Amino acid sequence: MHHENPEFQFLGLWFNGANMLMITVASIIVFLIAVLSTRTLAMKPTGMQNFFEWVMDFVKGIINSTMDWKEGGRFQILGITLIMYVFVSNMLGLPFAVVVNDQLWWKSPTADPMITLTLAVMVVGLSHYYGVKLGGAKGYGATFFSPMKFLFPLKIIEEFANTLTLGLRLYGNIYAGELLLSLLAAGLAHQGIAGLIAAVPLTFLWQAFSVFVGTIQAYIFTMLTMVYMSHKVSHDH
Amino acid sequence: MLINSFVLGTAAESGSHVNFGDVFFQLIVFIILMALLKKFAWGPLMGIMKQREDHISNEINGAEQSHLEAKKLLEEQRNLLKEARTEAQALIESAKKQGDIQRDEIIAAARAEAERVKETAKLEIDQQKEKAVAAIREQVASLSVLIASKVIEKELSQADQDQLIDQYIKEAGEER
Repeated sequence: MHHENPEFQFLGLWFNGANMLMITVASIIVFLIAVLSTRTLAMKPTGMQNFFEWVMDFVKGIINSTMDWKEGGRFQILGITLIMYVFVSNMLGLPFAVVVNDQLWWKSPTADPMITLTLAVMVVGLSHYYGVKLGGAKGYGATFFSPMKFLFPLKIIEEFANTLTLGLRLYGNIYAGELLLSLLAAGLAHQGIAGLIAAVPLTFLWQAFSVFVGTIQAYIFTMLTMVYMSHKVSHDH
Repeated sequence: MLINSFVLGTAAESGSHVNFGDVFFQLIVFIILMALLKKFAWGPLMGIMKQREDHISNEINGAEQSHLEAKKLLEEQRNLLKEARTEAQALIESAKKQGDIQRDEIIAAARAEAERVKETAKLEIDQQKEKAVAAIREQVASLSVLIASKVIEKELSQADQDQLIDQYIKEAGEER
C-alpha cells in the first residue's frame, strides 16, 4: 500500500510534514519518559530509575566492548540518546498508521531513508570530529593508511559504505516491517471475511516480530555507532 | 486542515526531489533532544550513579579501615592481657617469696623468744634454789642455836645428855 508523503517547500528546502511530526513526537516521548523516570532520583533506586540505570549500564557495556572507557566515556550520552530515540522511533509505526487524504502521517520516522541517513551521517561525522580531536590531525590521517598504505582507497570507500549501510539497514528493516503491516491491515483484511480472519493472527505475529526487530535495530545502530567511533578514536592497537 | 496548507507539491512532483529539510530538522531536533536529556535526565542520572559508586567505595574503604583498626585494637588488648597475666604471675611469685621469708622470720623470732623464756625460767629456778638453800642454812643455824640454848638451859645427866644428843641428831637426820 503506497501512500503519498505530505511534502512542502519552505525556504527552498523540501520538507516532509509527516517526518517532522513523527520526529517531534518521538523526541517528546523520549524526553518525557526520561525526565519523568529520573525526576525522583535516589541512592536506593526504585522503579523506572532502575530501568534507566540498566539502560545506562547497557550503553556503557556497548562502549566498553568496543573501546577504552577513557576515550569512550564521552559517548555515553550520545549512545543512550541514540538507543532511546531509535527504539521509540521504531516502535511508533507499529501500533497503527494514520492516513489522511491518502497521505501517510503517522509512521516510524526511521522508516524514511533521509532520517536514518541523517543519523548515520551525523554519527560518522562525529566519529571523524573526535578522530581529529583525540588523535590530532596526524593521528587521524594515519588511520587511513593503517595497517597497509595501499588500503587507502578501500578506507575511503569504507567510510561511505559504513554511512550508507548504517542508515539503510535501519531504514530497510523498519520500512519493510511497516510495509508488510500496512499490506496486512489495509490489504488482506479487506479481502472479505476470510481475509479478515487470516489477517488478525498474521498482523499480531508480524507486530511482535517487528517489536523484536525494532529493538535489535536500535541496539545494532548504537553498537555500530560505537564501533565506528572506536575505529577513529582508539589508536593503540 | 493543516495538511492542505502544508502540501504544495503534487503527487507527481514527489520523488523528484530530496527532502533536505527533513535532514536539517532531524539533526536539529536530535541535538536539542540530546542537550535537553543531558541537562534534565542523563546528567542527574549519571550524577546519582557516580554518587552511589563513590558512596559504595567510601563504605568499602571505611569498612576496611575499621577492620584494620579492630585488628590493631585486638592485638593491643591481647598484648595488654598477656602483660597483665605475666604481671599477676610475678606478683604471686613475689608474694609467695615474701610469705616464705616472713614465715622463716616468724619461726626464727618464735624460736628466739622461746629460748629466751627458757633461759629466764632457768635463771629464776636457780635463783629460787639459791634462796631456798640460803633459807635452809639460816634455819639450821637458828636451830643449832636453839638446840644449844636448850642444852644449856637443862641440867642434864650423862645418860640424858647422850640420849638428847642422839635424839637431836636423829631429828636433824630425819629433817634432812
